[in-house]
Amino acid sequence: MRKVRPTPLEYTRKKWFQLVLLLNFIFLYFPIVALIAFSFNNSRRNITWKGFTLKYYVKAFHNESLFDAFLNSLIVAGISTAVSTVLGAMLGLALYRFKFPAKNAFDGWIHLPIIIPEICMGVAMLAFFSRLNITLGLFTITVSHIAFSLPFVAVVVRARMAGFDHSLEEAARDLGANQWQTFKDVTLPYMMPGIVAGALLALTLSLDDFVITFFTSGPGSTTLPIKIFSMVRFSVTPEVNAASTVLIAITLILTVVTMTIQARSGKNKGLPL
Amino acid sequence: MENWRDNKLVAAILLVPASAWILIFFTLPLAIVWVYSFGERGPQGQTLLAFTLDNYVRALELIHLGILWKSVWTAAVATLICFAMGFPVALGIAFAPARFKNLLLLLVILPFWTNLLIRTYAWIAVLRTRGFLNFGLEWGHGKLDTMFSFAGLPDIMGTFEPLALLYNHSAVVIGLVYVALPFLVLPIYATLEKLDRSLMEASLDLGAGQWRTMASITIPLAFPGILSGLMLVFILSLGTYLTPVLLGGTNSMMIGNLIAQEFGPARDWPFGSALSFLLLYITFIILWIRAMVASRSKGVSY
Repeated sequence: MRKVRPTPLEYTRKKWFQLVLLLNFIFLYFPIVALIAFSFNNSRRNITWKGFTLKYYVKAFHNESLFDAFLNSLIVAGISTAVSTVLGAMLGLALYRFKFPAKNAFDGWIHLPIIIPEICMGVAMLAFFSRLNITLGLFTITVSHIAFSLPFVAVVVRARMAGFDHSLEEAARDLGANQWQTFKDVTLPYMMPGIVAGALLALTLSLDDFVITFFTSGPGSTTLPIKIFSMVRFSVTPEVNAASTVLIAITLILTVVTMTIQARSGKNKGLPL
Repeated sequence: MENWRDNKLVAAILLVPASAWILIFFTLPLAIVWVYSFGERGPQGQTLLAFTLDNYVRALELIHLGILWKSVWTAAVATLICFAMGFPVALGIAFAPARFKNLLLLLVILPFWTNLLIRTYAWIAVLRTRGFLNFGLEWGHGKLDTMFSFAGLPDIMGTFEPLALLYNHSAVVIGLVYVALPFLVLPIYATLEKLDRSLMEASLDLGAGQWRTMASITIPLAFPGILSGLMLVFILSLGTYLTPVLLGGTNSMMIGNLIAQEFGPARDWPFGSALSFLLLYITFIILWIRAMVASRSKGVSY
């Protein structure tokens, strides 16, 4: 059988194009894969492979300040996710459902936390809390995380609602359900995949945030990224690699779950934003 | 869509809590910084409220303007490299067979979900003097060396000197490109995906080559998406803080680092606030341009 020649627009079937793609993916993946691989490497110098070991994971686990930082991260991310998911889902539903004056301006304003440089928001939160004489700590970190996660949840939930068939709500009302029953039994179940995806996004954002946390954390409230940062500034050790790998693994699992949910709910064609 | 007047209570319940949170814990802090940017630094480094433009004037002094200029320039270079690398990727994915498309997209998106700090830190191990890249170069150098001595050539290669790849400006650019690449690929992919392919096919059928078709059909049609991607990457790179700290040298300070320094060790919050708002204004101008272009291209049918 004769091999079919690629048509002019089938770029991915051209050899040189495949090479370009391959180089890009090597660029994207080599550093992370190397970091993960070398967290299992049995050598402190960390440049040549000296055999498999888990000892740096054990070490990282027994490093008390590292473990405390991890717990702090979980506390902050847990509370931030709960609050920002509820508030963000309500906002997303409202933006889908209601017309109100100056909606475009409101829309732009609500999405500002997504767009502005993190450093600007970080220093602004610092100025705000110190103006009010609030001591920096887990509380200030959590409050800031909610502020930047909330709009992301709203975007995801609103995108989900775009495919909602409004007549279902009308039918429920016609059949005698009140507003709350309609919401609980018709709207909410449809919203659910969006809410879950939004929550996982908020969780990832909170676990990952460095810059804003850096400006809103106090001496006793180190989160995992802040701790990793302070360790990295001294030297590159396998222990840091191990801690980083744990964080990568957590976010990757969360991401894959989010994407699966979004792919199932079908509306968002795989794009997470 | 319902009018909020018809259902005031529900509209209020849904809208007020989130709006209040963003108002109090985002807008108000920014407003404080804005007010501070006209303030004065007290003798102990405290912030005194005043109305002076001194901070903005100071931001435009040569030394600070230099950092601002370097930030813009660095962000622009990173954006261009991102485009050169990312455009073929977006093109490839958009025209890939359906069964590979989602996998390729996932491969582009995944790194952008791993922690920014860790992604940047991972480059240290690649670029440092005893890092992977120098290690690879040394290996290649050794191989070439043996080859040449086999061929009886004199020792033209010399001994291997590791390159200083880390803690300089090019390391910062590499780090920025690395972080921003997915942000460029996704919007361009999204527009290419929606593009009417028959126009490209027509161009190719009528005798234009691949490059000609690319330059006169594909790129103009995908322009809004391309612009979106470029601006996203530019904004992201311009406001970076972490990349110069981890990968840059003493000379690689960008505006984000200057802001952090004023709010940190230098303790000159009014000046830091002014810089912060300069960065915000630049960001807003770019977003405004993007919105203008988007609204203009909306009315055009291809």
